[in-house]
Amino acid sequence: MHKLLTDNPGEQMLLLGNEAIARGAIEAGVAFTSTYPGTPSSEISLQFFQMSQECDLYFEYSTNEKTAFEVAAAAANSNVRSMCMMKHVGLNVAADGLMTLAYIGVKAGMIVLTADDPFMFSSQNEQDNRIYARLAGLPMLEPSSIQDAKDMIPYAFDLSEKLQEPVIFRTTTRINHSSGIVKLGKIKPRVTKGNYTKDPLNHVPVPAVARKLHVKLLKNLDTAQGIAEKSEFNIVEGKGKWGIICNGVSYNYVRDAVTDLDIADSARVLRLGFSHPMPDTLILNFLKACEKVLIVEEGEPVMEEAVKAMAQEEGITLPIKGKGEGLLTRLYEFSPAQVENVIAGYFGVPYEPKEAVDLSDIPEIPQRPPTLCAGCSHRATYHEINKAVEELGVETIYPTDIGCYTLGLLPPLSTADFLVCMGSSAGTAGGFSQVTDKKVIAFIGDSTFFHSGIPGLINGVFNNHNFTLVILDNGITAMTGHQPHPGVDMKQFNMEGYGQVSIEAVVRAIGVPHVAVIKPNKVKKSIEAIKEAINFKGISVIISQEPCVLYAKALKLTKQRPFEVTDKCKNHRDCMNYLACPAFYVWNERIKIDPNLCTGCAVCAQICPENAILPLKKKKVPA
Amino acid sequence: METTRLIIVAVGGQGNLLASSVLGEAALLNGVPLRMSEIHGMAQRGGVVESALVFGDAESTIISDGEADLLVGFEPAETLRAINKCNAETTVITNLAPLMPFTVNIGQGVYPDLAELQNLIRAKTAKLIAFNAAKLAEEAGNPLGVNMVLLGALTQTGILPLSAENVKEAMERKTKKAFLDSNLKAFDLGFKAAEQAA
Ligand code: SF4
Repeated sequence: MHKLLTDNPGEQMLLLGNEAIARGAIEAGVAFTSTYPGTPSSEISLQFFQMSQECDLYFEYSTNEKTAFEVAAAAANSNVRSMCMMKHVGLNVAADGLMTLAYIGVKAGMIVLTADDPFMFSSQNEQDNRIYARLAGLPMLEPSSIQDAKDMIPYAFDLSEKLQEPVIFRTTTRINHSSGIVKLGKIKPRVTKGNYTKDPLNHVPVPAVARKLHVKLLKNLDTAQGIAEKSEFNIVEGKGKWGIICNGVSYNYVRDAVTDLDIADSARVLRLGFSHPMPDTLILNFLKACEKVLIVEEGEPVMEEAVKAMAQEEGITLPIKGKGEGLLTRLYEFSPAQVENVIAGYFGVPYEPKEAVDLSDIPEIPQRPPTLCAGCSHRATYHEINKAVEELGVETIYPTDIGCYTLGLLPPLSTADFLVCMGSSAGTAGGFSQVTDKKVIAFIGDSTFFHSGIPGLINGVFNNHNFTLVILDNGITAMTGHQPHPGVDMKQFNMEGYGQVSIEAVVRAIGVPHVAVIKPNKVKKSIEAIKEAINFKGISVIISQEPCVLYAKALKLTKQRPFEVTDKCKNHRDCMNYLACPAFYVWNERIKIDPNLCTGCAVCAQICPENAILPLKKKKVPA
Repeated sequence: METTRLIIVAVGGQGNLLASSVLGEAALLNGVPLRMSEIHGMAQRGGVVESALVFGDAESTIISDGEADLLVGFEPAETLRAINKCNAETTVITNLAPLMPFTVNIGQGVYPDLAELQNLIRAKTAKLIAFNAAKLAEEAGNPLGVNMVLLGALTQTGILPLSAENVKEAMERKTKKAFLDSNLKAFDLGFKAAEQAA
């Protein structure tokens, strides 16, 4: 049985934040779950995916975050508790629906989980999605600890049902990817089938209806504020005239600092776990007990601005600070020492940080950026693009997209020039091709193509743009941990009840005039096909098909023999200079291949001018 | 309860997260409060993986610069890269078997000299325990057991509030049955290596 289905209230388990969240949802009787994978939220979905194979919980990998949101919204409006998870930028994709579902509301509880990523460990920006709660007028909960993460989910479901509104649950990477010991609670039975009651005058927001619904939303916000005033997740601790208001993981740093600086008698702390709408009365009473207040929040000064506005309206004139010179920053995630330092400085308490070792004489250490796996087919495709471009002598622009293949950015491949967001490769390709005379070759992965690449391609066909779109089809959503997508044949995993959408059929149906399917591990043939596509005036699409080798290896689908560099090698180093596969290493000034890393894709063997790279003689290599 | 802070750094694929989860399980079994966090952006693609484990009474799961009591590096250059987490009292344990970053292979950057690397760490911290953990893992019959060798070594230091029995019991629960024997052997070899270095 899946460990998160353990029905043993009181048991203590070491859980990852994302597991604790999934467990919280199970305890709340969630019955319908959906997602588009995105770090740092992916493990929540993985838990649901696994559990859905063992019980009547419904889970789906949706085509994109907007769809994940919509299916969950319908379930919640049919009296089934639902939850959809996404990374912070995913909420931008779902935001269109979010803004108006706030007007329409829900029947059963619905949680929209956004996993923010301060410091951008695995994201393209560090937007602060607390602002969405304000924009949509929806309640927001923010856990500070792993236990919180579990406990707040059932609370959020109840709250959502009480208000008949979706609730936004906001985490940051340090919650998602931290572990702690969690005490389990009771599991509520799941209600998996619902009923939908027609109510078009409340559910179809034509202007006359929407005007009425907005009034309802504002009323709901008032009710929500009343609940926030008394919420068990909004806590005041300590006594004294120094006030600290904080949220999320910052609360932990504040608590550690208060202990370490020994200021529990002079500092009081307000932690906002139910952070929108803000509990005005609670905050004002807190301010009135203080002489000086510091706001500790990662990201934007959301609480700071609100608290300052509240104080102004009440005529409270104490100093309230948060972001600024010598204080806290809007950048990145905080560290405990940084918070302690600012608290000590602001309140004038002596603080001696642990002195880190002197770094001045540490030599420069070579960077270790992530790189495409040994044998990754993207490397082959990119090399073939580079060769084709070189042979044709064209100047290029490479719009790219989000996935492992973004790593084509790095030398020696250097096949990424411009990236904005999911699906932007196809859209921006149209713009570049319209205003420049360069050959535009855009790259998009299979999952990203389904997510949001299709409209850009349709746009190119309709508006008669001139670019080549290379769809890197490796049969899985690789980067976020190998989740399926609509192009995947689920039968290969012995999973029944799924359809399958052919990328090639979609591309042809869109009316792309030139379509070629290549097998990137066949180098010569692929280069020829790429050259033809590049020479085509108008929209051309290359579908480069080869399974993600990391996934194929994990499923034991490949049994190819590794290769070795034989004595025929004349040290041209084309293999290293063009491909730089991580299976290569340099030993005594010669290139060698690590047989434990080599996947036997044979791409390097095809580009070696001396034909010096051959299958390893020995039959079996120890793992 | 006193707070002890451990940082583990590794290259993706070296089994750092499994090692952390073994320590987490050991703490749970032993009733030691524990919080940990891991940063593994694109670990499977050869990037750096860092785990922070905080034992005892503290709320934070991040270890600030200079705050680590123990730094364990699964790869020598990565150990050196994480030295900012150490202070003069920190104990450092490192594997000495390098994994070349591909940047070095394509001629961007020079891999640090191993003798100099050890001298630097030794001069700046309280103690350095350095040995070839990859060799010991192979000796134990599981080349992927570097993580278990280093678990043995870090347990030997006695800095964490966990006994060898605790950790071994947690290994039984958290690692694959088929590898348990070789993992326990790897643990013992690491334990001994740290003893000899002492
Ligand atoms: S996970 Fe798959 S797609 Fe991603 S780099 Fe590795 S082989 Fe390539």
